[in-house]
Amino acid sequence: MEFQIPDFAPAYPEIFLLCMAGAVLLLDLFLGKRFRNLAYGLSIASLLATIAMIIGSSQQATTFNGMFLRDLMGDILKIAVMLFTIMVFIYSRIYQQDRHIFKGEYFVLALTAVLGMMVMISAGNMLLLYLGLELLSLSLYSLIAMRRDSLHATEAAMKYFILGALASGILLYGMSMIYVTTGTLDLAQIHAAIRTGDSANLVLSLGLVFVVVAIGFKLGAVPFHMWVPDVYQGSPTSVTLFLGSAPKLAAFAMLMRLLVGGLENMSGQWQQMLIILALFSIGFGNIVAIAQTNMKRMLAYSAISHVGFFLLGVLSATPDGYAASMFYILVYGFMTLGSFGMILLLSNKDSESDMIANFKGMFSAHPLYALVMTLLMVSMAGIPPLIGFNAKLAVINALVESRLYWVAVVAVLFSVVGAFYYLRIVKFMYFDQPGEAIRLNGGMEMHTLLTINALALILGLPWIGWLIRICNSALAQLS
Amino acid sequence: MQAVYLAIPLLCLAAAAIAGLAGGRIGRAGAHGVTIFGVGAAFLLSFYVALDVFRNGHLFNGPVYSWLSSGGYNFQVGFLIDQLTATMMVVVTFVSLMVHIYTIGYMADDEHNWPKDSLAGKNSYQRFFSYISLFTFSMLMLVMSNNFIQLFFGWEAVGLVSYLLIGFWFNRESAIFANMKAFLVNRVGDFGFLLGIAAIFAWFGTLDYDAVFGIAPSLASQQIHIAGSTHWSLITFICIALFVGAMGKSAQVPLHVWLPDSMEGPTPISALIHAATMVTAGIFMVARMSPLYEMSETALSLIIIIGAITALFMGLLGIIQYDIKRVIAYSTLSQLGYMTVGLGASAYNASIFHLGTHAFFKALLFLGAGSVIIAMHHAQDMRRMGGLRRFMPITYFTMIIGSLALSGIPPFAGFFSKDAIIEAVHHSHITGSGFAYFSVVIGAFITAFYSFRLIFMTFHGKPRMDEHTRKHLKESPAVVIVPLLLLAIPSVMAGWQFIEPMLYGDFFGDAIRILPRHNAFAEAGEHGFSAWHFMKHGAFQPPVLLALIGMVSAYIFYVARPDLAGEWRAKLAPAVRVLENNYYFDKVYQAVFAGGALRLGSCLWKSADVKMIDGFINGLARAVGWVSGKVRLVQSGYLYHYAFVMIIGLFLMISWFLYL
Repeated sequence: MEFQIPDFAPAYPEIFLLCMAGAVLLLDLFLGKRFRNLAYGLSIASLLATIAMIIGSSQQATTFNGMFLRDLMGDILKIAVMLFTIMVFIYSRIYQQDRHIFKGEYFVLALTAVLGMMVMISAGNMLLLYLGLELLSLSLYSLIAMRRDSLHATEAAMKYFILGALASGILLYGMSMIYVTTGTLDLAQIHAAIRTGDSANLVLSLGLVFVVVAIGFKLGAVPFHMWVPDVYQGSPTSVTLFLGSAPKLAAFAMLMRLLVGGLENMSGQWQQMLIILALFSIGFGNIVAIAQTNMKRMLAYSAISHVGFFLLGVLSATPDGYAASMFYILVYGFMTLGSFGMILLLSNKDSESDMIANFKGMFSAHPLYALVMTLLMVSMAGIPPLIGFNAKLAVINALVESRLYWVAVVAVLFSVVGAFYYLRIVKFMYFDQPGEAIRLNGGMEMHTLLTINALALILGLPWIGWLIRICNSALAQLS
Repeated sequence: MQAVYLAIPLLCLAAAAIAGLAGGRIGRAGAHGVTIFGVGAAFLLSFYVALDVFRNGHLFNGPVYSWLSSGGYNFQVGFLIDQLTATMMVVVTFVSLMVHIYTIGYMADDEHNWPKDSLAGKNSYQRFFSYISLFTFSMLMLVMSNNFIQLFFGWEAVGLVSYLLIGFWFNRESAIFANMKAFLVNRVGDFGFLLGIAAIFAWFGTLDYDAVFGIAPSLASQQIHIAGSTHWSLITFICIALFVGAMGKSAQVPLHVWLPDSMEGPTPISALIHAATMVTAGIFMVARMSPLYEMSETALSLIIIIGAITALFMGLLGIIQYDIKRVIAYSTLSQLGYMTVGLGASAYNASIFHLGTHAFFKALLFLGAGSVIIAMHHAQDMRRMGGLRRFMPITYFTMIIGSLALSGIPPFAGFFSKDAIIEAVHHSHITGSGFAYFSVVIGAFITAFYSFRLIFMTFHGKPRMDEHTRKHLKESPAVVIVPLLLLAIPSVMAGWQFIEPMLYGDFFGDAIRILPRHNAFAEAGEHGFSAWHFMKHGAFQPPVLLALIGMVSAYIFYVARPDLAGEWRAKLAPAVRVLENNYYFDKVYQAVFAGGALRLGSCLWKSADVKMIDGFINGLARAVGWVSGKVRLVQSGYLYHYAFVMIIGLFLMISWFLYL
């Protein structure tokens, strides 16, 4: 066998980001405490530069013997992941400083997590996918545990780590079963190897179940969701913010690469599994969220229900459905950032301010941020004309086109239930009296960005069509 | 020129916005200053546009703004500027300007009409100016439109502002009742109007006037199937549906019931909206659609009959009223009937002519009545007036002019326009024109009678008001008097100035299309025509003679032998009772439609909404809350529980695929 030097060009952005992560680490090591803001700036700058590189070199390419893919879907998701990460950095700066975790490690770990996500997004091979996933997960475990002195944080990290390891084991086991039947780890070759007739193969079916379960865990779908509320609540809010937004995009990419890129011919089977996961998630997430008093925990259950909703688009098993899901997850990530951003805004040195009751009387104290939060919540609930509604509409539309009417009906009914807990916060803000004075935290740049974040949910409407079209063309390329 | 067209309505809109939104900040003077400036500028520009249209023949038809595009159809804001539009624009802005100026005087102490220190009372002056400017904007959008959507927008917008203004004193029960009634009755009309527009869109595929008129001849014999086995001519259906809208807005029987009640609003708006402009929207619309109406004799027959009924029977109601504004309100209904009759006789130009002259003298009469009302400290009952001419000579003088014009005495404006309509009906051969001719001729007597009854009861005879009011009687201030005088001028002159070009000449160009066989004036025009001839000829015809008899009878009944009125009233008691109850229209509507709707609504509310829907929803909400509280306990916090659930989930998934 002749060894060829692979074409590195498609992977330049990843390589660059890896170098920059190293640079930030070294910089922090040698310059120390006084230059923390430099690490902050440099991280944002390197993410921006990576985005520019991706935009500049946007292409469809395969390299490293089919292990590494570049396509439009990947590029969009990577750009979104990095934009979200930048927003996370900006939102959490003051919060981190207040808690003495504004350290170089935070940025390095976040950057390696981003790198892991990018590898997942670009993976054309199950091994690479696993590698990216582990890079992401390990970075996240450490990020959560960064507040070593916090009992909650260490507990959350521990739970996430152990359950994550269990899920990784399940994933590897599933992959090995697929490898046994098809004889390859390359997703394109797996796709070619499985004909629609072969789907009766028992080992293959078992492998599929294991893979889907692992993906379900990563996404936090019921019944593999148990870690979500505890980890969301236990982590420092700045980490929850990160955890709740960008990795969802990577998990979407993983779902696409594995189920559509590799196992598309078994869609009849994974469709059923996803229906179960999706409906349980929507139902369970929405109902349990109602009983929550902690904002982060409520958002965790809300995340579970949103994950269910976004699985609905995937399980319609049509390019339109995938595109709807992609649009949904992008919009969801954006809304989540804003919502956790609001918690960060209310928190201060002494208090996390992560209780729902903290929002009481917001309107009389800070009408602008009451509006910001209202927009976020109303959009999350999927009430027209906000963008969150369009996202839900796209998914429901895909379901209806796939003739899965009953699934659509159940999903819509549960999102009505979900509207309750989002609107309750609006009620708290506008109609209740504040318990104690509400102080706003965060710097100028955060305030501006947060306001834009929320306003974009309604002012961005004219560009929705454009965004959906891009998602459509991205997924048309995929399948 | 497009900028000028656009500026005319937008000036009014901007003025309304400033006066309405910043009313508290700019104060009273600011509010009337900005709105009078806006409307005044709109009037001057309209005048300029009219000159441009009539002198230089510059017409315009085109879009100015694309609003939205849906299903291949572009909704556009567009203007059609032709002779008809230009005429309407000048009339609307002129009357509106007069009313704006007059309002300064009329509303000067409006705060007395509100509870002390209420917020609504503090800004009521500014709010009123904002409304009337907004109304002017809406009316201009209506008349300047070049498509049905914008027409409908203007149509609804004037309806809305009318609603706001009738209920302007919303602390009065009767005002709320009246504005609700006006709104609901107009909904009935608008429903027909909307059906007409929908039918046009369905069959023509476009809503632009020009395109519709272009396609119409090719659909002349199109039949449509509505219900049962009957077939309708499409054009007839469209014409009648649109006319139903016109009946609502222009208060034709049986949708006329809202107009007398609308007198609950302040008097300036009675002059502006319920006499001169909004109620003429229906007349304008039919004239604008003349190419369509000319194709359906059935629709024209319906129009002429409805108009004749309105002209005659609503006029009769004017005779028995004691409220000075109500007399004028019923006279307005009757005159709108005349205009409608003119439309039915295909004399669109005569109707628009009457619309114009009527706008001037009716605004004059209303504003004059308002002037009386100011002097009388907001008492409106004519039985409490009398002998006012000594105290208010200018009001008296201008009211006489208005009444003479209304009664159709030559050479005042109303004579020409009304006689033209009567003449047209005389020549018309359409079904119903015989009845219509009878109605409008008898109507001339009735009109003169109630007009001069009003004059005599108010200004002549012995003063019947109480001592206190009488001591304070005085002529109204200049801001009230000047508009009266300015309106008196066209009330005298507009007739002989415009009759020749409007009826016999080429005044309207292609804006109004009349089939040659429907055109009553074409023949007369050939023999050469002059206003002088028309007057000489008309002065000895039945209508004028009847009008004179009407005036004399009014004099006998209310000045020479005041006791006669009471005697006759007693003799004709049954007839009077019918009239006093407005032919029972109100009672029937109130009992059947309003009462029925209320009963149905309360039945649905109590049984369907409260018991079924609320019960179900509230029960469901409680159930969800209960489930939520239970299920959250699953989240125990123990790691081994979590792992266990995951493994169980995996196990169930596998079993699902192995055994199902």
